[in-house]
Amino acid sequence: MRNRPLFLKLLSAVVVFGAWEIAGRVPVSNAFPTFLESMSALVTLTLDGTIFTAYAETLKPLVVGIAISAVLGIGIGLWAGLSSKFDWLFSPIFIVMQSAPLAALIPLLIIAYGIGLTSKVFVVCIMAMPVIVLNTTGAVRNTPSSMIEMGRAFLGTRLDIILRIIIPAASPIIFSGLRLGVSAGFIGAILAELKITPTGVGDIITYSRSIADYPSMYAAIFSIILLAVLFLNLLERIEKRLFKGNIRGYASD
Amino acid sequence: MPQTNDALGTPDTREVDYAVRAFNISKTYGDVEALRNLSLDFPRGQLTSVLGPSGCGKTTLLKIIAGLLSPNSGEVEVNGKPVTGPGPDRAFVFQDFALLPWASVLRNVAFGLELRGVAKSERESIAEKYIRDVGLTGFENAYPHELSGGMRQRVGLARALAVDAQVLLMDEPFSAVDEQTRRKFQEDLLTLVQQENKTFIFVTHSIEEAVYVSDQVAILLPRPSRVSEIIRPASFRDKGMDSIRRDPEYLDIVDKIWESLRKYVE
Amino acid sequence: MKVFGYQLPAMSSLILWGILWEVVGRLEVTFVIPPLSEVLTTLFSIIGTPVFIKALSETAYAFSMGVTFSITIGIPVGILMGKNRFLDELLLPWVNIFLSAPLTALVPVLMVLFGFGMKSIIITTTLFAIWIIILNSRAGVMQINRSLVEMAQSFGASPIDAFIKIYFWAALPEILGGVRIGVIRAVKGVIIGQLLISIVGFGALFELYSSNFLMGHFWAVLIVLFALAFTLAEFLAYLERRVAYYAAKR
Repeated sequence: MRNRPLFLKLLSAVVVFGAWEIAGRVPVSNAFPTFLESMSALVTLTLDGTIFTAYAETLKPLVVGIAISAVLGIGIGLWAGLSSKFDWLFSPIFIVMQSAPLAALIPLLIIAYGIGLTSKVFVVCIMAMPVIVLNTTGAVRNTPSSMIEMGRAFLGTRLDIILRIIIPAASPIIFSGLRLGVSAGFIGAILAELKITPTGVGDIITYSRSIADYPSMYAAIFSIILLAVLFLNLLERIEKRLFKGNIRGYASD
Repeated sequence: MPQTNDALGTPDTREVDYAVRAFNISKTYGDVEALRNLSLDFPRGQLTSVLGPSGCGKTTLLKIIAGLLSPNSGEVEVNGKPVTGPGPDRAFVFQDFALLPWASVLRNVAFGLELRGVAKSERESIAEKYIRDVGLTGFENAYPHELSGGMRQRVGLARALAVDAQVLLMDEPFSAVDEQTRRKFQEDLLTLVQQENKTFIFVTHSIEEAVYVSDQVAILLPRPSRVSEIIRPASFRDKGMDSIRRDPEYLDIVDKIWESLRKYVE
Repeated sequence: MKVFGYQLPAMSSLILWGILWEVVGRLEVTFVIPPLSEVLTTLFSIIGTPVFIKALSETAYAFSMGVTFSITIGIPVGILMGKNRFLDELLLPWVNIFLSAPLTALVPVLMVLFGFGMKSIIITTTLFAIWIIILNSRAGVMQINRSLVEMAQSFGASPIDAFIKIYFWAALPEILGGVRIGVIRAVKGVIIGQLLISIVGFGALFELYSSNFLMGHFWAVLIVLFALAFTLAEFLAYLERRVAYYAAKR
């Protein structure tokens, strides 16, 4: 049937949520509410506005952190891509950060910057920046050399070549780096909530856990995962639309 | 009787005007000596092929003439002036097309003019003319990924023609397209050479192609590269393009070249 | 980058950064950053101590259990998904969701369901690593050249033989790539688990040292952790390269 993928997606959603419901009724554990209980808690939270104030709080460090990481990250990445000295000096730092468990730095940040917005923004930044920088650097360095040669053959200046050839050619990978950065940033934002101080959604989670209001807790967690997934999906669609031609490879393939 | 001339430098007694002259070019990459003391002259207004097996340095020579590479020693003169880098007097057609995938055909063809600072409306109308000339009318707003390999190379050719350089450098331009398209391109190239008053330098590894399109074939032997002979096919040049491929002189020359190149194929 | 004509090795700027660290530390710019030399001496002094060894073994235990689970569950699931279209269409959306979802958000759930102990940490680690392993195993299987499959069939290979002798090796480079990334994620998972769930292992050390402002100790443990993670990642990359010689020609 033509809509088979969609049908199967719905089917698997039904299966998973159904299993959740059943597990909650069994009950697998006293702390495991059913799917429907959690959903109704979610509706309650939405209707009385708690969710929105919570997200406003949680998203603050996320948005600020991502904005800073994007600007700084792409800037550093471009510079490192174009200058081998700069690359030699700064790339190793980001390579180490990429594979290191950066969450370990959180206690340090708390000491240095307290438990306010600043340290939360920092957490988002350290999680998001490495992948943005490394993707950008890689994209710039991997511009097909024949395209650069073509620019030189047709008398382009260095600036021409950077602006008209290298940056457009690197854009798809830079954008996908941004997307991965946002994904890492979400993790950072939640870590910040749970570990530094819960102000937004983290507050709902920890508070409802402490009063054993498990449906609300699960509802909050469900909502944030849903939000992250939807947002990242949106970014992926934008990426596909913006870079239609490029995603099919370079014209010389 | 075939009238091939085996001479290096002066094929006949007429005064020949050379648009491009290469003197004692040597180029080494690390341990590999790509070119050693290579000298070659290219008559104005004609198409000279540089023919040889893979790895004999023909693309290196072409890029040195284009100013994209500098030789370790030796000099290239274009119109009497030494080459120090790319210039408006030479245009390059790339083997892998080197098109901008995010730009339309129109913008790609106008790109050389864009880099020279020509105003948008002017460069677009020039580009449109050359898009017509290479037979891509109607595709001005298409993108490279929507075109076949043959069409993409036409875009590359149009781009090189649009800047109106006197010397056109072509690096195995037809090697990345299929056989049928390639044959068509060779025929179109003959027409182009007759119409345009430019000097063409054409690098290829196909013997049939070289003999078909050229006024002069320079045969390069590999590592280190040197010019082994220069052949000027004479009698069939004026015949219709359809009958060239069966012309006895054409076939003789092709065979002769193959005999001398055969032992260099690994 | 070249200096006096010599190509400098890739990560050598870290030496420069190390020197900078030493200088900043000595100038006592902030108590948070002690001199590198002090950190290194502390490092060597605590490595043998029972406290450290206990933390290391707790972390290593959680980590290796988590990785083992993610490999033993992840690779087969990925392979099955690659071979069976129905299963693939059913499960793939979920794998993709959990791959990009902030898994940290699930940690409170794990704490509530499985308690505050090692179990939750191991499950966290597994969850962090498993999705990319599934995806890469699936990709490895899906890209197996059709001709190889037909060749196996034409020579009458039994399914087991075909799998062991051909398909496994054809998919291996991709699978190893997934394991490498999965392992890096597992390290992050085990640390996040220790920070959030229960204070054992390295997480405990971090809390202890930071609350007592023993910055030298804090950085020492951090360096050890980063070094271990990096070495592990490089080792896996090395394995991947060993297998990669045939990967490009698949």
